Amino acid sequence: MAKRIDVSGLTAYYGSHKAIEDISMTVEPRSVTAFIGPSGCGKSTFLRTLNRMHEVTPGGRVEGKVMLDDEDLYGTGIDPVSVRREVGMVFQRPNPFPTMSIFDNVAAGLRLNGSYKKSELAEVVEKSLKGANLWNEVKDRLNKPGSGLSGGQQQRLCIARAIAVEPKVLLMDEPCSALDPISTLAIEDLIGELKERFTIVIVTHNMQQAARVSDRTAFFNLAAVGQPGKLIEIDETERIFSNPSVQATEDYISGRFG
Amino acid sequence: MSTATVSTLKGARLPKWSPYAIAGGSVGLAIAIGLAAGLDSRVQWGLIAAILFIVGTYGIAARVEGKRQAKDRIATSLVWVAFLLAVIPLVSLVWVTVVRGIKVLDLYFLTHSMGVVADTEPGGGIYHAIIGSLEQVGLATLIAAPVGVLTAIYLVEYGRGKLSKAITFFVDVMTGIPSIVAGLFILSLMLQFEMQPFGFAGSLALAILMMPVVVRSTEEMLKLVPNELREASLALGVPKWRTILKVVLPTSIGGITTGIMLAVARIAGETAPVLLLVFGNPFINTNPFEGAQSSLPLYIYQQYANSAGSGAAYDRAWAASLTLIAFVMILNLVARGIARWKAPKTGR
Repeated sequence: MAKRIDVSGLTAYYGSHKAIEDISMTVEPRSVTAFIGPSGCGKSTFLRTLNRMHEVTPGGRVEGKVMLDDEDLYGTGIDPVSVRREVGMVFQRPNPFPTMSIFDNVAAGLRLNGSYKKSELAEVVEKSLKGANLWNEVKDRLNKPGSGLSGGQQQRLCIARAIAVEPKVLLMDEPCSALDPISTLAIEDLIGELKERFTIVIVTHNMQQAARVSDRTAFFNLAAVGQPGKLIEIDETERIFSNPSVQATEDYISGRFG
Repeated sequence: MSTATVSTLKGARLPKWSPYAIAGGSVGLAIAIGLAAGLDSRVQWGLIAAILFIVGTYGIAARVEGKRQAKDRIATSLVWVAFLLAVIPLVSLVWVTVVRGIKVLDLYFLTHSMGVVADTEPGGGIYHAIIGSLEQVGLATLIAAPVGVLTAIYLVEYGRGKLSKAITFFVDVMTGIPSIVAGLFILSLMLQFEMQPFGFAGSLALAILMMPVVVRSTEEMLKLVPNELREASLALGVPKWRTILKVVLPTSIGGITTGIMLAVARIAGETAPVLLLVFGNPFINTNPFEGAQSSLPLYIYQQYANSAGSGAAYDRAWAASLTLIAFVMILNLVARGIARWKAPKTGR
């Protein structure tokens, strides 16, 4: 059920400002693809174009093609709401819904979409929480508010919430940057498990993390502040970290840059 | 260094009781000056005491603690003075209303109308006015709250460009509409259709006054909802309208309710439009759509205006004022209760 993403000639704008320019890449199904690069190079913007969240920002618009298997996400007649059901997202800061319990948080996607059977709901919640390695920690307090969990638990709750709607692709925007090393480890282990079922794209500032979790790595860079970000290269993670084909990548990875 | 050194972090401090001592001293000195100079105004005594207190505090603190601490003490005193100045009228207003209003306020007063009682005689009650107030304010809320909340949702969640700017501008303008003007506006419509005064006309005018307040407060509450929650919901494939309905509104419902209740409290005390449009009626009229009604603020005004110096009418006016204040206070408490009950839950 994981799907392949094929991006070609993608350019994204905020109003008149061009944030990323002419990006083409392929994201393989059932694998982890990491995006690395300096701040402001458009990694997150690019990630958000993959489930049409970019256009939620006022003035955000996109040119180019994003093929999910054989459908263009920006084609005519495509409903962004349906796109987001297929391409889930986990954000930088854990953001559980503060008015909802742990159970309701995980069930939120199904409930708010209105497409669920009552009898299945508990099952889906349990399965998702187990999938996010959170079940054992919260099974006795499913009715407690989600905001009472620790940061790492909240983030795993958000992952459980995202996978409860069975997306084909899971986008993660620096999912560990607000977490301590132990929670980070828990999430990284989780990513390793989730890639059996989903296509995973992760933005990270932590190069060791990219090296640990990803199969392929894409390096983004920008010529100067105010210039649009560009994809420099994408390759097997091992290659990128040992023998990249572009000098800028090597400079960035070895810390000689930025 | 084995010898004791003078700490550069510690300075001399006045003892904790010194402000009270200075205050007591300046009051005593002020009384002495007042008696010696033969001043009979207690206000003058108070002013002299206040000036002595400020000068004394500054002088003593500057000598013992240094200039910065002295300024700090002066600022603290000024804040206290401002606080007291703000509290005195408030407390005295409530005090006077309670003392004067409690005289005739009983169950009989709350459950009888003025139907067979002349305004200058004792007896009668405010039942008709309570009914009128509840109906008029209730209907106004039923109109203004949904319109106001929906307008705010449009402005925060959807509004871009000229239309939303224009709406924001007109809402601001509406906030400043004098209540009598809102009353005249509805009155002109009523005259157009040759209608007699009735309760619902008052509700319409009150709704005009209430709407901008609701829009403003709801807007502020919606803006407080973190954008991340909206994005989290959208990223789950939830349509925007459901996101607003199931995530944004529940998160802010406490604040929105408080805003609406405060707006209700504001219009519950309006007299001018009610006077124009509902006219007043000593008999019980439970139908807001036909015939003149009364309302609490209108009742207060009319008891005072028609009293012809009768103490009974004054007592009734005070008792009605107390009822009105109690009504507004209960509304506020209910709003706080709802806000606390609906607030996003924390804790484990």
